[in-house]
Amino acid sequence: MSNATIDQKPVVPEEIKSFTVTLIVRRFNPEVDEEPHWQDFDVQLYPTDRVLDALHKIKWEQDGSLTFRRSCAHGICGSDAMRINGRNRLACKTLMKDLDVTKPIYVEAIKGLPLEKDLIVDMEPFFASFKEVQPFLMNSVTPVKGKERIQTVAQRARFDDTTKCILCAACTSSCPVFWTDGQYFGPAAIVNAHRFIFDSRDENAAVRLDILNDKEGVWRCRTTFNCTDACPRGIQVTQAIAEVKQAIMRGKA
Amino acid sequence: MTSTIDAPRSPYTRSTKKSSINWEKWGWIYMRVSGVVLVVLIFGHLFVNLMIGEGVSALNFAFVAGKLTNPFWMVWDVIMLWLALIHGGNGMRTLVNDYATSRISRGILKVAILVSVVSLITLGTLVVFTFDPCPAGAPADLVASFCKTL
Repeated sequence: MSNATIDQKPVVPEEIKSFTVTLIVRRFNPEVDEEPHWQDFDVQLYPTDRVLDALHKIKWEQDGSLTFRRSCAHGICGSDAMRINGRNRLACKTLMKDLDVTKPIYVEAIKGLPLEKDLIVDMEPFFASFKEVQPFLMNSVTPVKGKERIQTVAQRARFDDTTKCILCAACTSSCPVFWTDGQYFGPAAIVNAHRFIFDSRDENAAVRLDILNDKEGVWRCRTTFNCTDACPRGIQVTQAIAEVKQAIMRGKA
Repeated sequence: MTSTIDAPRSPYTRSTKKSSINWEKWGWIYMRVSGVVLVVLIFGHLFVNLMIGEGVSALNFAFVAGKLTNPFWMVWDVIMLWLALIHGGNGMRTLVNDYATSRISRGILKVAILVSVVSLITLGTLVVFTFDPCPAGAPADLVASFCKTL
């Protein structure tokens, strides 16, 4: 009876195998390079590792000059949007097990914005169009008793989808119209305008509709759905743009 | 006592070069509306020409000539011609805007599209309204049956 405990073998968790993955990264050092070039790295990874982990391993163990943005590394800050195997994704939300690791993984900076170094682009034009749609609450009435402005569940749900935006620029830099026409507001700016246009507490929907009823506004959208596919937050971007178009035609939100 | 003056409804920027008619908006609406109408017109046209009666084997000069003497089909064809050519031309214009990078190539391509659309519309409209279904001296078996009675 006393043997019973001895016979039991300690439970060893099944070992998870690591594998070698080839990452081909589009490098650009503005101080040395004339043109960007592709460089490949072999990294030992687990299926649960993310592309961001692979980039970390390269930066920490192989080439410290590799440059990329990341802050929270958990899909909230929106810093590490990049083009992974030709699709705009957050490096911190793209798991190895979801990619075909038998082939090399191509990683490059997002398109349509000026490339600064390696995986970093100049986000200023992106934020400029974001600012232009006036993405803040505008209301001339003081809330009752100086407290919050009451909203029903349905009124809140009307714009819930577009509140999820983290301004990572994955959508705007996946848009073929934006690639050739930098003047176009781009999906992200329209999404953030949508968030306030359909907010019952906001009074200036008409101002934003005027702004987006521009030559470079919502009418440039070709409904290619690249933005919806690219959004790491699952926002129905193309639908939001279509709703803004409808609102402009009706003349009100 | 202080009073607040509301900010102007229109933004301060982007207002200088704004024309009174928003062509991008009306172009977009035109594409949607003409698209729906064209679905009916084109599939109606294909159905009548290719499926009703003898089907595709009925198509010859006499068949087309017969259709083009009927005011209903004349109006149908002219509407289809105008809507389709402007729809296609506007679509090509947006493609040029998207993909022609230099100002000069964009201008040349858009003028070429405009010229071809205008000339095709003019020619097509002219044909529909000035078409002679019974050309003089044509063999009787090639023209419409009603030509004999003329």
